[in-house]
Amino acid sequence: MTNLANQRGMKLGRRSLLQALGVAAVGISFGGLAACSKGGDGKIGSTGEEPKLNFYNWDTYIGETTLADFKGASGIDVNMSLFATNDELFAKLRAGNPGFDVIVPSNDFVERMIQSDLIVPLEHDLIPNMKNIDPTFIDVAYDPGRKYSMPYTWLTLGIGYRKSKVKARPDSWKVLFDSDEYKGRIALLSEAGDVIRLAAKYLGKSVNGLTEADIKQVEAMLIKQKPNIKAFHEDNGQDLLLSGEVDLVLEYNGDIAQIMTEDDDIDFVLPKEGSQLNSDTLCIPKGAPRPKNAHAFINYLLDAEVGKKITETILYPTPNASAKALMPDSYKNNPVIFPPADLLAKCEYAAYNEKLQPLYEDAFTRIRAA
Amino acid sequence: MEDWKRSRALFAAVATAPLTWLTLFFIVPMGVIWLYSFGTNAGLTEIEISGTLANYKKALEPLYLGIFAKSLVVAGITTAICLVVGFPVALAIVFASDKWKPWLLLGIMLPFWTNLLIRTYALMAVLRTEGYANQTIGWLHDRFGSLLTLVGLPAPGAYEPLHLLYNNFAVVLGLVYVHLPFMVLPLYAALDRLDRSLIEASLDLGAGHLRTLLLIVAPLAAPGIISGIIITFVPALGAYLTPDLLGGTDSQMIANVIERQFKRANNWPFGAALSFLLMYATFIAIAIQALKAKQAEKRG
Repeated sequence: MTNLANQRGMKLGRRSLLQALGVAAVGISFGGLAACSKGGDGKIGSTGEEPKLNFYNWDTYIGETTLADFKGASGIDVNMSLFATNDELFAKLRAGNPGFDVIVPSNDFVERMIQSDLIVPLEHDLIPNMKNIDPTFIDVAYDPGRKYSMPYTWLTLGIGYRKSKVKARPDSWKVLFDSDEYKGRIALLSEAGDVIRLAAKYLGKSVNGLTEADIKQVEAMLIKQKPNIKAFHEDNGQDLLLSGEVDLVLEYNGDIAQIMTEDDDIDFVLPKEGSQLNSDTLCIPKGAPRPKNAHAFINYLLDAEVGKKITETILYPTPNASAKALMPDSYKNNPVIFPPADLLAKCEYAAYNEKLQPLYEDAFTRIRAA
Repeated sequence: MEDWKRSRALFAAVATAPLTWLTLFFIVPMGVIWLYSFGTNAGLTEIEISGTLANYKKALEPLYLGIFAKSLVVAGITTAICLVVGFPVALAIVFASDKWKPWLLLGIMLPFWTNLLIRTYALMAVLRTEGYANQTIGWLHDRFGSLLTLVGLPAPGAYEPLHLLYNNFAVVLGLVYVHLPFMVLPLYAALDRLDRSLIEASLDLGAGHLRTLLLIVAPLAAPGIISGIIITFVPALGAYLTPDLLGGTDSQMIANVIERQFKRANNWPFGAALSFLLMYATFIAIAIQALKAKQAEKRG
């Protein structure tokens, strides 16, 4: 899930770069928070709270002027800190909220945080812009009725490929998981859960109905497939594809859409068996010092014009129907960013499963050691 | 050397701060992780310290022992290459003129000023299929390939790029690249103190250069060699970024497994058990080394 805006220079994703520079990220957030908590001079803002807000977000995942515009509109000063992985976000909140008001976890972590009582229910009265959200994003499996989270972006995993190097459009997971047709030219994502769930999807199973026997079956298939795979990439599959290192990669649609603007020979396909959906959402962590400001901010981000500006910068698929309507056709009608509805209907959100996650990791360790 | 031992107050004053630091930020957190290794997940965020040995039992399964063994081999090869490459470099710096010495040392330390991640990405740009290494070799191949016909060999075909990235070779290369300064600096420190008249004596008495190097220089530099080996081997054993970024499908090292246990799998107890096994192994290796050194001293 690398950012789409970072089009220049080395394409390090929002995840990969900060992940490795984790120390720097911690520094940024601690420094930021310290500066913020000291600055309180007792002023009261429009929401009846101190006009400040601590926003914990992914890198390059907001419009260029969004935070300044919000300050202009509400007088609330937003201090944004960055995290690089959901695990980092979870680890930080697990020990108690250090002062964040709004966070941006992905769907499976929304579930995990609800289960571990780390996020609080949203007051929908304070978020009238919820009406802008595409209705298909309201009743989602991971948060029915959007009690805890508001969708910010969504994505789906599929196959990015180099058109001149494939014989036919690789519209099935078979080419990645169960075929030597493209031996040594394949890169898979280095995420145990995603890879195993999608391989199970290829075998005709729901990503959420896996049993231990299914995992065993997938493991055997992937061990057999391993000699044909060149690398497990750290969410930089688009770089591998762009540099000609591999010709087929398991990646997010947004990441491939980004490099398609640079290289005509690249395309993306959502396999016919269906895929896995992901969504990054806006949530309020438990113990947020300024919940009113947090609601006002979430409401602001869901505004049509604001959403349009954010989308123009980050270029991710937006669940905000009103914002999408304001975008140019090149975005709205892009089949990579918005795959056909009949295919999307076969995609599922992967639920967080406490029992299965360690099993996925164990299986993945065995696959890699085989 | 007796003075500071007598002025206890001064000693205590100086030692308190670092000792407190070490206790608070190293021993206590390590102790907590150590306790976790005897625990079980009692929920998404809670770990119950039940005193179970299940985590260690799982960590000693053949699967994980195999990964441990592989990590030891990779770290061992890395250390060996660092030693073979680093020794002549250290020797060259020692015998360089005083004017050059600081510049050469700076050259060794310069990479430290760049973040490990940036260096690894730079290496990826060099090694990839259409990277600089392949471009250079390809250019040489096209340019000088025809010369082969002059000596009666058949002309080579079109250049096939070498697969330099995403395999175990790339991991070892990356680890050597990153850890070489750790080897060169202690070697330099040991060799620089060497009494050069011993080398001259050896040469005067008829030993060749290689013999002098192996029988005179190497034993005298042994402490530097040993500390160089330890200081290279231990971090190489715990490397996870390099195998992640440069490795192929089977290049995972034990630190990658540990990282995944703490992050994705959310299985801190098992991750903790694996980490501590790695630490015990390192401690034992160093202890054996120290014992051997003591025995050697007694004999000597």
